[in-house]
Amino acid sequence: MPANRFNAFTDYGVGIGLRVPHYDHILTKKPVVDWFEIISENYMVDGGRPLRLLDQILDQYRVVQHGVSMYFGSAQALNRDHLKRLKELTKRTKTPWLSDHLCWGSVDGRYTHDLLPLPYTFEAVKTTAERIRQVQDYLEIPIAVENVSSYAEYHESEMTEWEFLNEVVHAADCGILLDVNNIYVSSQNHSFDPMTYVDAIPAERVAQIHIAGHSKFEKYILDTHDHPVLDPVWGLYALAIERAGPTATLLEWDDNIPSFEEVHAEALKANRYLKAAEAAAVGGVTAEGVGQVAQVVA
Amino acid sequence: MNLLELQRRMAEDVRRPLTVDWEMRRETAEGESVEAIAQSYVKPNDRLSSFERLEIYNRQYWFRVIGAVSEDFPALNALLGEKRFDAMVLAYLREIPSTSWTLRDLSGKLPEWLQVHPEFTGRRHQLALEIAKLEWAYVESYDGRRLEPLAAEDMRAIGPETCLTLQPHLQLLAMAYPVDELVLAVRKDTPETEMVSSASMMKKEVKRMKLPAMRKKAVWLAVHRYDDVVYYRHIDREAYALLTALREGKPLAEALGIAFEKSRLTPEEQAAKIREYFAHAAELGWFCKSEDEATAVPVQ
Repeated sequence: MPANRFNAFTDYGVGIGLRVPHYDHILTKKPVVDWFEIISENYMVDGGRPLRLLDQILDQYRVVQHGVSMYFGSAQALNRDHLKRLKELTKRTKTPWLSDHLCWGSVDGRYTHDLLPLPYTFEAVKTTAERIRQVQDYLEIPIAVENVSSYAEYHESEMTEWEFLNEVVHAADCGILLDVNNIYVSSQNHSFDPMTYVDAIPAERVAQIHIAGHSKFEKYILDTHDHPVLDPVWGLYALAIERAGPTATLLEWDDNIPSFEEVHAEALKANRYLKAAEAAAVGGVTAEGVGQVAQVVA
Repeated sequence: MNLLELQRRMAEDVRRPLTVDWEMRRETAEGESVEAIAQSYVKPNDRLSSFERLEIYNRQYWFRVIGAVSEDFPALNALLGEKRFDAMVLAYLREIPSTSWTLRDLSGKLPEWLQVHPEFTGRRHQLALEIAKLEWAYVESYDGRRLEPLAAEDMRAIGPETCLTLQPHLQLLAMAYPVDELVLAVRKDTPETEMVSSASMMKKEVKRMKLPAMRKKAVWLAVHRYDDVVYYRHIDREAYALLTALREGKPLAEALGIAFEKSRLTPEEQAAKIREYFAHAAELGWFCKSEDEATAVPVQ
């Protein structure tokens, strides 16, 4: 199940985000890492060090592209320059699939540079799915859309977030990058049961999973990617793996970034769940057993 | 409210400047209640009002864009101080909002904009402006395009009517202050980071730095990239004039005429200088094939 058409039938294991403070360590120590995720926009430039370093990484590692500015849910036409540059980069990286967020961020040619939540309406489903299809057709690689963390809900919404996600991915016929930390953050901010969300996603469309840490404030949680993964998020991860099978998993750590070893060790905790799920797949452990691992770890 | 109307509404709200305490304003510039606007499309919950939920995005927007501009202009930030720098970014982006999908382009018009906004720089306007120009030149040089340099046989074919193409990553600046010393001092203490990620942003404190004293002294700089490292190379006035004329598309003979127009050098000394300029330019690969005739070199 995890190697599916939405991740180009790959089996990528556990990766981490490629970040500037780790470049030297990676290039000199050459640690064994299943794969790296890059933020596409950091390499959509004309030349210089970012591309040279990327090529050095590509010589030795598998790389998957993750974007932050496609804004699938923006109501107006896609930016052609953005798409053209993105396609050039996909040719360089040979990313087997490409992900970006189920959100909006630009209007009337002006950009907010933020992942703003969509109203969960049928109009937004139609607009977003059309744009995902256009991107998929142009780039000619599978697209996975990521659920975002959110801090606001709209009066206009006609369905839950997970219903909206289901509607969009069916209409666009695309994959899902399931961010279990984002589900947790939003569940706390909007008072829903995160397990209901994970239970509702179409497991056969999950191309990749994100895990990350977050920051808790008095009245809300912020998706800051500056901490280790917290236990409730591991619990959601276990459920996601139980449902989708062993799936390419990526730890995001974007601020107060510790040493490479620390980030990688945090990511590799995911293997406990993946191995249990693999065993379950060959009949060694029941599916419920994967969930039990979560309880043991917690 | 349809999707487009909601997005226009929210974009205006998240881009509205914050108060000096980094809070969302209670009123729009037109005197409308922001609370009422927020209630019209954002649901409250049991912990946060519509206003407070919208405020999270309003703050996020400014923290992210100020962070991005600050990353490109650490020396300008150090010179102006955090408060004035942040106010400047706020005013700049209100006037010139981002029209690019990449944060990399966000600050591109800041030096030009700052030129006509001395209210943010006070008596150190010229120094601040020159720092801004040099810091943006760094960005352009850091990831600018590199075209195939001219080979020795191409160089031998150069004649008086040749129009030479300069590397896009090469930036030429004439300065009244040796601002490269100040910028280098700040960069030395500023770790390289990436602004682009999907994480939410917190407001970052900027470390105070002791800046080197600046006295007026004319300098001409060639900001360029070599082996993926950006250098600030001091060149003389004539070399600056020559390279600038070439960049403007003037044929070599005309460009040389402009470069040495007011020169007191003898013809022999001028010839020696020209040989020196061309030797350096060839060594550093500054002359290149034009985009039309060359296959771009993708890396470096």
